[in-house]
Amino acid sequence: MTANQAPKRSLQLTEDGQLRHFLTLDGLDRALLTDILDTADSFIEVGERSIKKVPLLRGRTVVNLFFESSTRTRSTFELAAKRLSADVLNLDISTSATSKGESLSDTLLNLEAMASDMFVVRHSQSGAPHFIAESVTPGVAIINAGDGRHAHPTQAMLDMLTIRQHKGGFEGLKVAIVGDVLHSRVARSQIRALNELGAAEVRVIAPGTLLPRDVESLGCTVEYDMQKGMKDLDVVIMLRLQKERMEGALLPSEREFYRLYGLNQDKLALAHPECIVMHPGPINRGVEIESAVADGPQSVILDQVTNGIAIRMAVMSMAMGGQVAERNQNLAGREQA
Amino acid sequence: MTAFNGHSGASLKITNGRLVLPDSRELTDASIVIANGVITAIGAEADNTNADHTFDAAGGIVAPGLVDLCCNLREPGNGQKGNIASETRAAARGGFTTVCASPDTSPVNDSSAVTHLIRDGAQARSPIRVLPIGAITRGLEGELLSDLAGLAGAGCVAFGNGSRGIRNARILRRCMAYAQTFGLTVMFNPENQALAADGYAHDGLVTSRLGLLGIPEVAETASVMEMLLLAEETGVRLHLSQLSCARSVEMVADARRRGIAVTADVAMHQLLFTEEALAGFDSRFHVRPPLRTESDRQALIAGVREGVIDAIVSQHQPHDSAAKQAPLGATEPGLSTIESTLSMGLMLVQRDELTLPDLLAALTSGPSRILGETPALQEGAPADLCVFNPDATWVPNPTTLISAGRHAPLLGQAMPGVVSLTLSNGKVAWQSETH
Repeated sequence: MTANQAPKRSLQLTEDGQLRHFLTLDGLDRALLTDILDTADSFIEVGERSIKKVPLLRGRTVVNLFFESSTRTRSTFELAAKRLSADVLNLDISTSATSKGESLSDTLLNLEAMASDMFVVRHSQSGAPHFIAESVTPGVAIINAGDGRHAHPTQAMLDMLTIRQHKGGFEGLKVAIVGDVLHSRVARSQIRALNELGAAEVRVIAPGTLLPRDVESLGCTVEYDMQKGMKDLDVVIMLRLQKERMEGALLPSEREFYRLYGLNQDKLALAHPECIVMHPGPINRGVEIESAVADGPQSVILDQVTNGIAIRMAVMSMAMGGQVAERNQNLAGREQA
Repeated sequence: MTAFNGHSGASLKITNGRLVLPDSRELTDASIVIANGVITAIGAEADNTNADHTFDAAGGIVAPGLVDLCCNLREPGNGQKGNIASETRAAARGGFTTVCASPDTSPVNDSSAVTHLIRDGAQARSPIRVLPIGAITRGLEGELLSDLAGLAGAGCVAFGNGSRGIRNARILRRCMAYAQTFGLTVMFNPENQALAADGYAHDGLVTSRLGLLGIPEVAETASVMEMLLLAEETGVRLHLSQLSCARSVEMVADARRRGIAVTADVAMHQLLFTEEALAGFDSRFHVRPPLRTESDRQALIAGVREGVIDAIVSQHQPHDSAAKQAPLGATEPGLSTIESTLSMGLMLVQRDELTLPDLLAALTSGPSRILGETPALQEGAPADLCVFNPDATWVPNPTTLISAGRHAPLLGQAMPGVVSLTLSNGKVAWQSETH
């Protein structure tokens, strides 16, 4: 027996199980994940209206706090917040305060002084949103927009929404995640979501240098040979390969990687004929995926982007709702006392 | 106790104690008398001796003062993290009467001037004995030898490269060969820096789940093997600091069987915590070497029990709060442990993972032997001792800790073991308020 302390009260859930931060999919059960998907479904319709707004976050200030640059994720978070009628402030911190030597804690104190209600955080350090959620004033919601190699929970949930739209559900599904799992926060969140939602099998397909230690413990099987790994797949998710992976001797060349682990039509033909192809983007054509596949009939890559807005609207409105409920409860408690 | 301060030849009698004698013998309900900084009587003889002052141990354990082979006092140079006065007082509160000061100061302890600065500081402001460890290479850069003979003359008791390690095996071999010339002890933290790279957590289940950068076990074991082979070849007295892997313990045991003069220690927190301590990104548990698996933890405890690991150290690393207030990977490694080391050990005793005699040996005679000393509660020995009640509890929290580092491993939780009195060289180094 060790003396590791029991986890404190859940950081991201209120006492009655509502979301108040959205940091990771760890610790969120199937009912809550399904609730997020259902809520997102209801927001998809908003995107189809001529006036694409609902007033759920009216009067609230959402700060996009991006310590790492991003185009797609930041703009879908911005659109999501605006469709919820929030005021949005975009801060590209990678080029501002921290480069002047200000610590993350000090940056946060300054931003809190501007009376923000929600921080959407992207950071290169795993656990940075946890750190922020622990140190922020009560009442401010933190949404993880990707931290280091740890988690990218909104990306994983928009992927789940896309899978559900195309497959109807998760029972019995065989899903493969192909490529650089080691450095991928997306893969970690996807494996967790697929396990919780009841997928039959999650396979990771990659060379040993791109897999984390004890990767099976995350809830997946390992396949080094992509030809074998494609068999019977319902969903194949390709991961982006960063060019710098050639540097530390993780891979010999893009050419060899593409030959062994790139998705082309021949390999896709080995999967179930209805297999869908996904990619969190941005894609490297000819490095991890062939154009004919990326643009082909089995690709749902653009659906993923559309669903990203709905998922982010769902998570933001639910976390704000949890914060408000908690605040009301605390106020009521104080009045009683 | 009436105003005893050890001065002016006054004598002190500690009564009602459970005395821990050499070879783990115990005398219960016994007394011990101290005069002029020396133990003058023990047991029946002490019962019949009168002294100027008495201290009622109230059934508590009277043991030799604890000895720490690895303590960071942060002086000179890092006043925001701690200083000799604050950290040695914290150590005395933890029952320690001797701490070895790591060379990772600023400037590094690689010249006799710095060694004298530390010793003078300790002389003026420390209630306990401070023994400096010298930097074996200049500036801990791992390139040029420090003046080892000169540093030894100035008072350095052993030599190491702090937390920095020596990347180049040829330099490491020469460090050992040169130290061996003068019969000096070298203390190294085994870590292959190329394998550890940018890691800050055990490469395993938790790093995989949380996406942390891992330090693989082989970063330690490859280095342990390299050091053992070099020690065998050069004949140096090698001490391996802060082992964290089961496999390292096996390799040390094998080397001993081959007759290599190697000793080893482990940090107390390695015996109590595992990689799971980082599951909530708690930056306090960012330590180096990292906390590893449950089977490593058990093997380290077995190593202490079987004597393969000679000493348990605090590896006290006080920090200012800013050093720990950041996302995990951006924080500095180390726990503030010196006040809780004995208490953590007593938790292991309560759980039957370690016996009290094994614990005390690893905190007293074990480390002392490595320093070439033999402290014991016996007549004529210097009065370096501590009195503690193993069943009484205290609650570490930021307001009760003396160390400038508030990041103790267990906060807000009752821990067993309250030190009521620490005597260093016969003088009161710590006395709890309840006495």
